[in-house]
Amino acid sequence: MLEAMQSAFIGLLSFEHFAYMLLGIVVGLGVGILPGLGGIAGMSLLMPFIYGMDPVSALAMLVGMVAVTPTGDTFTSVLMGIPGSSASQATVLDGFPLAKKGQAARALSAAFSASLLGGVFGAVLLTGFVVVAKPLILSFSTAELFMFALLGLSVVGVLAGDSIMRGVIACGLGLMVGAIGAAPATGESRFDLGLDYLQDGIPLVIVGLGLFAIPEIAELIRRSRPIASRGGLGAGWLQGVTDTLKNWFLVLRCSALGTFIGSIPGLGGGVVDWIAYGHAVQTSKDPSGFGKGEIRGVIAPESANNALQGGALMPTLLFGIPGSGSMAVFLGGMVLLGMQPGPSMVTSDLNLTYTIAWTLAFSSILGAVICFFLAVPIARLTFVPFNLIAPFMIMVICFAAFQARQDLTDLLVLFAVGVVGIFLRRFGWPRPAFLIGFVLSGQVENYLYQALQFYGWSFVQRPGVLIIGALAIVSTLMALRSRVSEEGAVAKEVRGETLQKPALGGATKAERRPQLVFAALLLLTFIYGVISSAPLSFLGSVFPFYTSVVMVGFSAYIVMMLAVAKPGHSAHFDQELAARIQGAHDGTSIWPSVGWFVMLFGLTALVGFIIAVSVFITTFLLARTALGTGRSLIYMALCITFMATLGHFLTLDFPGGVLQHYVELPWPLK
Amino acid sequence: MTTKKTINRRSFMNMTLAFAALAFVAPVHAEAVDFSRKTIEFVVPFGVGGGSDTWARFNAPYLAKYLPGSPNVVVKNVPGGGSITGANQFASRAKSDGLSVLGTSASTQFPYLLGDARVKYEYTDWQVVLAAPTGGVVYINSDLGVKSLAELGKLKGQRLVYGSQGSTSLDLVPLLAFRLLGLDVNHVFGMKSRGEGRLAFERGEANIDFQTTSAYLKSSIGMVEEGKAIPLFTMGVLDDAGNLVRDPNFPDLPHVSEAIEIVTGNRPEGVEWDAFKAFLIAGFPAQKLMVLPKSTPAPVVEAYRSAVRQMREDPDYQAGKDEALGGYEQVTDSAGEALFAAGTTIDPEARDWVRALLEKDYNTRF
Repeated sequence: MLEAMQSAFIGLLSFEHFAYMLLGIVVGLGVGILPGLGGIAGMSLLMPFIYGMDPVSALAMLVGMVAVTPTGDTFTSVLMGIPGSSASQATVLDGFPLAKKGQAARALSAAFSASLLGGVFGAVLLTGFVVVAKPLILSFSTAELFMFALLGLSVVGVLAGDSIMRGVIACGLGLMVGAIGAAPATGESRFDLGLDYLQDGIPLVIVGLGLFAIPEIAELIRRSRPIASRGGLGAGWLQGVTDTLKNWFLVLRCSALGTFIGSIPGLGGGVVDWIAYGHAVQTSKDPSGFGKGEIRGVIAPESANNALQGGALMPTLLFGIPGSGSMAVFLGGMVLLGMQPGPSMVTSDLNLTYTIAWTLAFSSILGAVICFFLAVPIARLTFVPFNLIAPFMIMVICFAAFQARQDLTDLLVLFAVGVVGIFLRRFGWPRPAFLIGFVLSGQVENYLYQALQFYGWSFVQRPGVLIIGALAIVSTLMALRSRVSEEGAVAKEVRGETLQKPALGGATKAERRPQLVFAALLLLTFIYGVISSAPLSFLGSVFPFYTSVVMVGFSAYIVMMLAVAKPGHSAHFDQELAARIQGAHDGTSIWPSVGWFVMLFGLTALVGFIIAVSVFITTFLLARTALGTGRSLIYMALCITFMATLGHFLTLDFPGGVLQHYVELPWPLK
Repeated sequence: MTTKKTINRRSFMNMTLAFAALAFVAPVHAEAVDFSRKTIEFVVPFGVGGGSDTWARFNAPYLAKYLPGSPNVVVKNVPGGGSITGANQFASRAKSDGLSVLGTSASTQFPYLLGDARVKYEYTDWQVVLAAPTGGVVYINSDLGVKSLAELGKLKGQRLVYGSQGSTSLDLVPLLAFRLLGLDVNHVFGMKSRGEGRLAFERGEANIDFQTTSAYLKSSIGMVEEGKAIPLFTMGVLDDAGNLVRDPNFPDLPHVSEAIEIVTGNRPEGVEWDAFKAFLIAGFPAQKLMVLPKSTPAPVVEAYRSAVRQMREDPDYQAGKDEALGGYEQVTDSAGEALFAAGTTIDPEARDWVRALLEKDYNTRF
């Protein structure tokens, strides 16, 4: 074993391997920074090159890429409030407020040092445990996996904000949207509205971008100001590192959490950042700062999402079962290199496993160091009026969404989810709760069904199930104690106080009408869920049917409270009204921003993506910035070149419109 | 040998006829095929990293090397609908210039054979240039007390458990095989891969499992060596005459038809067997097919087939093929056509029988 470690270490030090690892890191940071693109896109970019490469160099490149994606994505999350990839959505919650306060430097350096420690921790655990991990991984049956999914759902409580009820409903909506497509037990298509597209369900990347990126961009375009309100990055570089070191125990716990979640196949790392965030809030002595720029809210998810990769490699190498989304592609890469993951990875191929572990540790360190250097130039972007950055961001987000299925429908669904996201944000329905429901929906349903088939109801008596069940209850209770909303923490609230709060949710019925309409639409959605799942076979309908039934009840309650309850009730909230009362409203509306999206998507449907984007970028820059025609055209040309290059390397055709249907155009226009 | 010659002669005649027709319709194509400075898209209707994707990426460089003019061959992934989306798109868009070629798999063939309403492609509109067979092994938990196939009768009245990816997936083949063997099996659906099915077996949740040959040799053989699992039978392979014979990777294990005969005492026949055989061939001997539109000129098709013949002689290919293809040889020409024909046709009566079975017993909706 020691020998294998040593030879793996020496192998890596050769110039060639090191160079490929560095290349992987650069690609990883790149896709990390670009919103919506993450490990999966990075893997797809590198795949065409690995065939025929020296296996160790190729592995170094792939692992280097995977290791740093969750480090690079922090930039976008902290500086723009747009998740750089699905792994750092939770980082936005406190990282972005810190950037707005002019403490971007502190947030970034805390995030990078936490990422570094998390990544190294994951690699160390991979090294130490991979040889003995097999029985541990095998001891988690479908019954325990179901309970873990429930434990994951309990985090929703923490993120519910003002109104627990709204959190539960948002989560329920996520569960329902997650159930779209083929039922795991029978393959029946559910909630597909007759669209072939929906039979595969909605891709996670589109839900993530629609919920978090579109509303945020729309809001930023509306204000049209630089993101940071104060000058200077803040002298917080050292402060950030000190923050991480001071919270070493939190880093340790979240890294362990991340590694563990990654190592259990089927748990999926999709919400690891939220779970770590929830854990940080739950275990904090004074959670009142969360959501307003609490540094621990940055440290927790960042250490967990890097540690995840080390854990996720365990089932990938041992069983050939991917522990996370990008691991699925990594597996394909290994096969191409002539390696079949399996039990031999801890016997005859142990040196390969250690090569992977060492590369993971090295890359985490190198990636974080590179990020420290990049931080100053990149952070300056927060002082540029957002309208200059917006067209590029919007283009990349559309590209990322389109990567999911390579279908024009990707963009339409992105827009639809984005509009829902805008309303969820405005009326205080916690979007993280929706996302967690969405990601865990399939797991909850599938593992419950499988556990029942394998064990019958007696599965609830398994010791593992009882222990995890108890943890879920504790977690829910702790969530009731300290909750966070996007408006900041809601801690130690007593009932009487609620009524004395200014009526942020509207004093009159007329003011509350928009909220009421939205809540009624949710109610109708759940009624649709009940009606459309009822005629399916028992196994195909039981989960969506009962979820919808319960949610009909809850949302009916909210609708009623919005209609009849006194002003100040926890069910009432409207960000627009709140901003007016707090004097932050500047008389603008979000709808012109949405109009820009409509223009882009509409044009795409007519003339295809590339032409639409060039028109959109030029028009936007001319209308909303002072760049002038010449520089706007150069900006546009650079953007299109960038898109075409990425598209070329990913072998993508961009979505075509009506025009492409009639006229044959050369790539990339076709 | 004689049969082979006839077919060659016939295809040669077809070729000449096609040539003559082409000379009339499109004289440009009558020139020698040359793909230099061209990019060929190898369309894979699955995402990056899956079995079909790695298969395509393994073959792509050799095609690039041996196709006339050494074109650039890129793998283009069009995922969705379990490969139906990408195959539909290919059916409606691909031109007959040989610049795009589709790699289909059992997941593309099964919905076609089952008459899935979403399928808009028609295999008879395509012609095959490469077919890649695979095989696999069924094994059970040794705690059941069965030491070999012959003792399978002991399990009468006992319910076995199998972790399945779904009733219309590749796991349809084991499902039908278990029925023909008279086994009572509870299929627990929702496994994301055969690997997850194996994990359920290793955890003891499932007690009968199936793995394709490469996965079996890598990950399941250990359980057999430790005495935890007993291999029962293989899916067999097709010989040149189209008969099911033992898998050369496992000469000691009976193939599925033998197995049925050993257990039930009868040679399998009838509609149930016909249905099973159609899906067996589509699922294993003809699992992966590389196809061009039927209207592709014969010289272009021949260029592809010649590239495949040359690629099989390439030392690098031979060195890497066992890992990438699981110990089976890819075929083209008449052998490929035979697999293509057998793997993409089903007797309508047999199809109706399978559909009725899946609807009645497994909640499948078509």
